[in-house]
Amino acid sequence: MIRSEVIKSIVPVLSGELVVCNIGLPSQEMFMHGDQPSNFYMLGTMGLASSIGLGLALAQKKKVVAIDGDGSVLTNFGTLPTIANNVADNFILLIIDNGSYGSTGDQPTYAGRKTSLTAVAKACGCETVIECKAEDTAEVLRAALKSNRMTVIVSKCKSGNVPVGVIELDAPVIKHRFMEEVRRGR
Amino acid sequence: MSISQKVADALIRNKVEFVTTVPCKQLAGVIEIVDQDKRFLHVPANKEDEGMGLCAGAFMGGKRACIIMQNTAIGVTINTLVTLIQYYNIPLPMLISYRGEVGERVACQTEMAVHTKALLAQLNIPTYHFHKPDDVNELDGILNHAFMAKKPVAVLMDAAFWSAAR
Repeated sequence: MIRSEVIKSIVPVLSGELVVCNIGLPSQEMFMHGDQPSNFYMLGTMGLASSIGLGLALAQKKKVVAIDGDGSVLTNFGTLPTIANNVADNFILLIIDNGSYGSTGDQPTYAGRKTSLTAVAKACGCETVIECKAEDTAEVLRAALKSNRMTVIVSKCKSGNVPVGVIELDAPVIKHRFMEEVRRGR
Repeated sequence: MSISQKVADALIRNKVEFVTTVPCKQLAGVIEIVDQDKRFLHVPANKEDEGMGLCAGAFMGGKRACIIMQNTAIGVTINTLVTLIQYYNIPLPMLISYRGEVGERVACQTEMAVHTKALLAQLNIPTYHFHKPDDVNELDGILNHAFMAKKPVAVLMDAAFWSAAR
């Protein structure tokens, strides 16, 4: 499986959940396969999906899933100790690890070579870190959402892309509809 | 009352509940208060752009957020300020220690000091320079302005501001 297939497979699990989605192709693929108002798409600022997700999870009670990539986590490496030391049991960080910078032409990342993000997350102090095969991502994510435990999932998939369109929504519109979902039912 | 307490009190009056910090010697007093006072959720960040991500998330989660950092951080956060904070209309008061101004002891700090206001001006970020202790009284209005406008604002607090207040 490549990232696009992993994202397609988790769309049903993420229905109605607050999702913070990484810049570039992951956001575009989420938009294509499973757009919903409770998806926050990052149009800029590589690396901050996990930080936005953690801030959101700490600020309110609903569950939050941040979909990140190995390249983005490497860009914002300081995020893992911050996550580990500020436990939010309503927070799930899903790192789709294809070992490459997919949105920029599949250049290899260090996570695809010697560096294990699973081991790094554990070393940073994250208590529940699950590495899984791409095919198992939806099931692992479903279980993590049920567990009420802060979880870092590292989904190992293949590198590669499919053609996908850009997101036409304006940034403040994305934020506005997302915040309405955050407030809904409170 | 200490100047640090006055800064923290202004945050409380303006319903700022989420604060992220990257330390600076001049800000140590404010950071200590923010860390100890249970009215704040204090999440220390490893880098300022990470902190801005945390603030953006907290804001969307319904909490007013603020970042406390050194002016050197302007050099590492320009992309985040432009493509996250400004692009999505996220309010973000930045309480910034203005290192490298008169009274500075570390020569290297003067290098970023000369670029700080120019960079903020280039980014069209409203910038307020606290030099005298009484300038702290402006903070209420500035915080209110940031949340009204849903934009970043910068408050530069220089060595004279901190030392006169000591």
